[in-house]
Amino acid sequence: MIAVKKLVKRFGLKTVLRGLDFEVQEGEFVALLGPNGAGKTTFLRILASLSRPTLGEVCVAGYRLPIQASAVRRNLGVVSHLPLLYGDLTAEENLRFYGRMYGVLELSQRINEVLELVGLTSRRRDLVRTFSRGMQQRLAIGRAILHDPDVLLFDEPHTGLDQDACDMLDRLLREVAGQGRTVVMTSHDLARVEDLASRFDVLSRGVIYASASRNGLGKNNLLDFYRQALAG
Amino acid sequence: MDRPQTTDHRPSSIVHRPSSGFLNAIGAIVWKDLAAELRSRELLSAMLVFALLVILIFNFALELDPLTRRVATPGILWATFAFAGTLGLNRSMAVEKDRGCLDGLLLAPVDRSAIYFGKTISNLAFMLIVEVVVLPVYSVLYNTNLFNPGLIVVILLGSVGYVAVGTLLSSMAVQTRTRDVLLPILLFPVVIPILIAAVKASSGFLQGLTLTEVMPYINLLIVYDVIFTAVAYMVFDYVVEE
Repeated sequence: MIAVKKLVKRFGLKTVLRGLDFEVQEGEFVALLGPNGAGKTTFLRILASLSRPTLGEVCVAGYRLPIQASAVRRNLGVVSHLPLLYGDLTAEENLRFYGRMYGVLELSQRINEVLELVGLTSRRRDLVRTFSRGMQQRLAIGRAILHDPDVLLFDEPHTGLDQDACDMLDRLLREVAGQGRTVVMTSHDLARVEDLASRFDVLSRGVIYASASRNGLGKNNLLDFYRQALAG
Repeated sequence: MDRPQTTDHRPSSIVHRPSSGFLNAIGAIVWKDLAAELRSRELLSAMLVFALLVILIFNFALELDPLTRRVATPGILWATFAFAGTLGLNRSMAVEKDRGCLDGLLLAPVDRSAIYFGKTISNLAFMLIVEVVVLPVYSVLYNTNLFNPGLIVVILLGSVGYVAVGTLLSSMAVQTRTRDVLLPILLFPVVIPILIAAVKASSGFLQGLTLTEVMPYINLLIVYDVIFTAVAYMVFDYVVEE
């Protein structure tokens, strides 16, 4: 579903990604771990077609970037630590706006489905700026799955959420990922991703240092795996 | 490359994924901007207060006899529109950037020029609303009749050109830390031809010149509107690309 070969990204003289190889099968949930400045967000922005690769091949949902960017975007949902929502519009209006941008048919029915899924049906007519951070993040997930994408990218979605909001977000992430979608999520919170992801990749200094499946890791071994990967 | 077969376990059979129509996307952006502004009134109130203050200050600062007033009016009007317009352009793009919404727009599977045209039409609507309020106030304060069809056409053409360039440059400036300062520095040198043509054409209509005498400036405005819109259409994708 995602195939990346020898990806290089430079900003001026600074090289952020240095020949990165990465592959995700359909239906996999991959947690991308790594320290600050490792290049996780840059990598996700390239997968999301928001940034052009300097060198290398990037293929998402069967389409090549940047040539087939529009087709990639049609099959992609993105949630970042920013909600990408308009505070002066209601929850329903935000979804209606993005639905029109994505050309979603039967939009009213789809909005009802999505609001039900993210548990915001009762707040559909409230302005988003009156929502808590957790509610905004749930609505952001609703926005990302509104057009029913095959691939979801989450860039540190737990940032700024309290414990309860994180737990609720995790339940929602499991639900949307469990619907057959391919998910790539960056995170610093090993405890959270341990139960969510089916595979863990460690990104450091612009390359994938190590990769392991959940089945390949024993209980409570993710931290050891992460430390060893960074030390190696 | 052919798209691989996917196994879809999701229940939403009602959702299809055709390419979102270009006009539909433009309409969605304009609707979103107007609906959000109707609620917050942040942008319009700032533009209106600023524009009214400018004409008020000019009114007190310049003690104008009727003849000089007619000569100075186009300059005062266009200076007011240009400064108020800059405020609006800055705010309009800042709203997109602050909550990451610009990324939300760029992630949509539409030709990115639809984003440009949507934002341009919204910005033009805000600028025209300000102008509709400013003109009668100016007429009263300066005792000058501005309800001249020719002048209205010039204001419309000048505003289109100003907003066409301004929207492109504000989407460039908004990605920098000094966006508030950078936009006027980038914008004013580029819109000088539009402002000169607009001031000259406005002045011609207010002084009662014939259409033939004013026509060269109107033609200049039309040419600039077309060129700037075409250039913005071609380069917008690169301007917003990281």
